[in-house]
Amino acid sequence: MALKVEGLRVYYQTLRGDVRALDGASFSVGDGEIMGLAGESGCGKSTLGRSLILLKPPMKYVGGEVLLDGDPLPIWDRERMAPYRYKKVSIIPQQAMNALNPTRKIGRLIRELLEARGVSSRDLLPELKRRLDLVELSHEVLKMYPIELSGGMKQRVVMVISTLLDPSLLIADEVTSALDVSTQKRVAEMLVGFRDHKFVRSMIVITHDISILYQIADSILVMYAGKLAEKGPTEAIVRRPRHPYTQLLISSLPEIGVRHTERRLSGIPGSPPPLLEPPQGCRFRERCPVAFDRCREEPPFEELAPGHLVACWRAHG
Amino acid sequence: MVELERVTKVYRVGTFGGRALKAVDEVSFEIADGEVVSLIGESGSGKTTIGRMILRLIPPTSGRILFSGMDISTLKGKALKDYYRSVQGVFQDPFSSYNPIFKADRVFRVVRQEFFPNVEEGEWGKRVEGALRAVGLAPGEVLGKYPHQLSGGQLQRLLIARALLLDIRFLVADEVISMLDASTRIDVLNLLAELKGERGLSILFITHDLALGHYLSDRAVILYRGCVVERGPIDRVFGKPYHPYTRMLLSSVPRLDRKWEEGKVGLKGQQAAPTKGCVYHARCPFPYESCKGERPHLVEVEPGHLVACHRIGETEVGKCRRQG
Ligand SMILES: Nc1ncnc2c1ncn2[C@@H]1O[C@H](COP(=O)(O)OP(=O)(O)OP(=O)(O)O)[C@@H](O)[C@H]1O
Ligand SMILES: Nc1ncnc2c1ncn2[C@@H]1O[C@H](COP(=O)(O)OP(=O)(O)OP(=O)(O)O)[C@@H](O)[C@H]1O
Ligand code: SF4
Ligand SMILES: [Mg+2]
Ligand SMILES: [Mg+2]
Repeated sequence: MALKVEGLRVYYQTLRGDVRALDGASFSVGDGEIMGLAGESGCGKSTLGRSLILLKPPMKYVGGEVLLDGDPLPIWDRERMAPYRYKKVSIIPQQAMNALNPTRKIGRLIRELLEARGVSSRDLLPELKRRLDLVELSHEVLKMYPIELSGGMKQRVVMVISTLLDPSLLIADEVTSALDVSTQKRVAEMLVGFRDHKFVRSMIVITHDISILYQIADSILVMYAGKLAEKGPTEAIVRRPRHPYTQLLISSLPEIGVRHTERRLSGIPGSPPPLLEPPQGCRFRERCPVAFDRCREEPPFEELAPGHLVACWRAHG
Repeated sequence: MVELERVTKVYRVGTFGGRALKAVDEVSFEIADGEVVSLIGESGSGKTTIGRMILRLIPPTSGRILFSGMDISTLKGKALKDYYRSVQGVFQDPFSSYNPIFKADRVFRVVRQEFFPNVEEGEWGKRVEGALRAVGLAPGEVLGKYPHQLSGGQLQRLLIARALLLDIRFLVADEVISMLDASTRIDVLNLLAELKGERGLSILFITHDLALGHYLSDRAVILYRGCVVERGPIDRVFGKPYHPYTRMLLSSVPRLDRKWEEGKVGLKGQQAAPTKGCVYHARCPFPYESCKGERPHLVEVEPGHLVACHRIGETEVGKCRRQG
């Protein structure tokens, strides 16, 4: 197991109380596995991703543990996490491509980043160039400023930078979301290429777009309102989802070839519960079309079939 | 209703505006009454520029845009105000249309001041409620709230409701759903479909998401580097695409019923300098020699379905009629 997470709880401290954005997550990611992480905006995907690498205030570690390649990660301790960050676990944060320092040329930016981590950039230059080739970027980008690059180019630069030190685990947060359809496809395929070339061992790909995950992920984890709803092999999640939320999420996706006049799709009525004081029991209860009495208790996140876990009383029947 | 005639937009770029960038290149198409037309293309293909020209936010460098037969560049004073009563835009990022320090419903007050200063308070309130209900919002849930208390989907609907207050006939919807969640997206799309059906609203639906474009639209216009490379009835363009660019876009759509074919599409050609030949030449998987030197014209391959590609001539030239 590359990554094992047990009962992880991370809240945001606010004046009005704790926002329970990640409220008890247990799952694992295997060696070489690309796990997709999906769910509505605000369900806690980025919170989960960030928890594995850097807890910045107002994020607060509440409980649980994380093992990477068998080693416990001291995620609650900024200092002790430093040797793991980028070298063992790396993240491409949401919006990273818009956060590149505009006053630095890409080459200098990379050099400074590497030196800050005590790595000689000269030694890595040949490898850097090889990787730029792989993502179809000309070496000229090293002499360019971020503003001179298109969104797709910046995203590929960020992907190369964050994996240069061959981390064991890469967390890619919404890296394809802002891109157009053709660039999105290539960037997603390049992520798979990074795994196949062993630049990274395993990957968590965060996106609200399940159809992208269907293309590249080995497994999919669906979150709802700070909790894990369902995890399973990609094929099972897409073809035979067992959680009512996953089912509704998938049926709300327009497929090419569908017109509103022929088949009217519908969204999921209602909105997610507040995470400041989330309701007891199943958090999907208010919007769930098949909720019943039992759902006032919290459903356990348990295995239905090997590798397929669901948190729903109906599924466990 | 809206007609574009060989519309071109050149931006001055570079340090002293010394370089010319042709963002839109002799684009012609029209949007009929009650019709939804999808304007589809990669990032930077000129979609937003076209939308902004229709909204008269920027002028075309050459060519004309007609609204009900009138050249919109000639509109002044009352005629221009009337134009904005009929034609409105809604954009990608709903959050940027609101000032976070004011309540979200302030956008309605601005419309009243601007266009309906003589309407009474009570009557205006009723109209606002009507517009909110039309976009599927409960007035009590959204009125009096600050932008941060509302979701992206709610904010986007408020903007559509604002457009409805003007009793618009034409809407430019520029990537209005790309920032929304899958489940909210479909609601906003259904809303637009209803407005088209019930009010006969015409919509220019700008998107790079082909599945969403298909769901809503009657016709599609495919744009590459400012040029229309293919256009026609939505089912024909999606069902039998001719242009290699359209095919590439379609094959890139992530679908739940099939996996992507191995990446045949390179990204390198995107940066290639433009030539006087076919705009897609550098990325085309099977270009002719002539593609480098000569710009292909749009030809009609079947009724209403036009394609600009030298390869079309190869097999279908007999059936093709040359268009402007
Ligand atoms: N700094 C913060 N302070 C308080 N609450 C926060 C903070 N950051 C995030 N949250 C809340 O935590 C929850 C989870 O946020 P998170 O960013 O993890 O969602 P997400 O699933 O990544 O959403 P998206 O798809 O929009 O990126 C949300 O309800 C959000 O409002
Ligand atoms: N104000 C401007 N000044 C100079 N160049 C501009 C300006 N606005 C747009 N451009 C350029 O014109 C071209 C077309 O831009 P436009 O925004 O119309 O594309 P788009 O199809 O809407 O792209 P996206 O999908 O990224 O929104 C791009 O090359 C862009 O960089
Ligand atoms: S546990 Fe109950 S409320 Fe929750 S998803 Fe299952 S059936 Fe619906
Ligand atoms: Mg996020
Ligand atoms: Mg645009």
